[in-house]
Amino acid sequence: MAIKVRQPGLLTTVQDTGRFGEYALGMPPSGAMDVFSYQVGNNLVGNEDGAAGLEITYFGPELEFTEAAVVAVTGARMPPKINGEEAPLWETFSVEAGDVLSFDYLQSGARCYLAVAGGIDVPEFMHSRSTYTLIGLGGFEGRALREGDELQVGELNGKPDGLSARVGLAVASQQIPAYSKETELRVIIGLASYRLTEASMEEFLGTEWTVTTDADRVGYRYRGGEIEFVEREQPAGAGADPANVVDFGYPIGSVQIPGGVEPIVLMNDAVTGGGYATIGTVISADRDRLAQSKTNDKTRFVSVGLEEALAAREQRRRQLADIKSSLGG
Amino acid sequence: MDDKTVKSPMPGTFYRSPDPESAPYVSEGDRVSAGDTVGLIEVMKSFHEIKSEQDGTVTKFLVENEGAVDAGQNLVELE
Repeated sequence: MAIKVRQPGLLTTVQDTGRFGEYALGMPPSGAMDVFSYQVGNNLVGNEDGAAGLEITYFGPELEFTEAAVVAVTGARMPPKINGEEAPLWETFSVEAGDVLSFDYLQSGARCYLAVAGGIDVPEFMHSRSTYTLIGLGGFEGRALREGDELQVGELNGKPDGLSARVGLAVASQQIPAYSKETELRVIIGLASYRLTEASMEEFLGTEWTVTTDADRVGYRYRGGEIEFVEREQPAGAGADPANVVDFGYPIGSVQIPGGVEPIVLMNDAVTGGGYATIGTVISADRDRLAQSKTNDKTRFVSVGLEEALAAREQRRRQLADIKSSLGG
Repeated sequence: MDDKTVKSPMPGTFYRSPDPESAPYVSEGDRVSAGDTVGLIEVMKSFHEIKSEQDGTVTKFLVENEGAVDAGQNLVELE
């Protein structure tokens, strides 16, 4: 069973939960940017957690199924179509051999996820099927999909009979996130926040930032304010730029402000360390929503404490578990 | 009228010329054929040519140069 790529869309990549545990080698995790939508997709089609799917960014592909399959599309509102007829979002549906899945224009959010029962079967690289395009490894030949590619779908482990019963399963509407053009992201201030003046920290938290066109899987870049660093004599190894400190590891979600004008939130494909002062970190529970903000959208950063961050993480974990059990997972 | 417009397939920044020094791809009053480039969209550090899907005459630009656009937004009106 295969999926033929008739049109690749703008940036369609194979992703799973991510390539964790290799950060010390300088290997970022890659993986689905919006883990929530990706995981629910797997739940809908009855896949094991961690099965690979497609992440579809901004403009959707055209995909032809060579055999019948059970699929689900979650995440951004980029309405899927089967042979031109509208298909549901956040709901399991079946496709027949020869059917073509395409997508309408993006209406809200930034990326959607296609889950296929059996998972996308590409070779594992360092225990993950996620694509890391910057170095050309993982996923489908280490790159975004192109016209003419053929993706293999994994074996169903002898449970195709139960599969048709999944068709029509849907995520309850109150569990489906709404994506607006204004996003609030909670951050833990820290690591090198001592490098900002008090007024600049207020400015960082008070500014409505705009997502620039550069925002991608590596990082989200913002414009809209100007940040000043505390004047000091730079220590050995920190370089002359006041935005620099002595090199250290960058947390995923950490915020750096090269030049003081464009904050960057590092995401799944980012460099793992360097010498920019990271002044805070977007909490893990909010990175799903960050990944659904898009170029030209507005973002505010809100300072929270560790307790709130951990509570938000626990709430998200519980919500995902609830959805999974409601879908018979 | 709606079917005579060129839409942006993706969100980003709209440019009317291939680079700041060059003339616009097309201007109001110009004839375009299906497949002609009418502008660029910049997103995720790359530029994508926006092509007209039909023949016509450019009557109006609905987004200014360097303007922010949404996916599916009308860019150029044809007649």
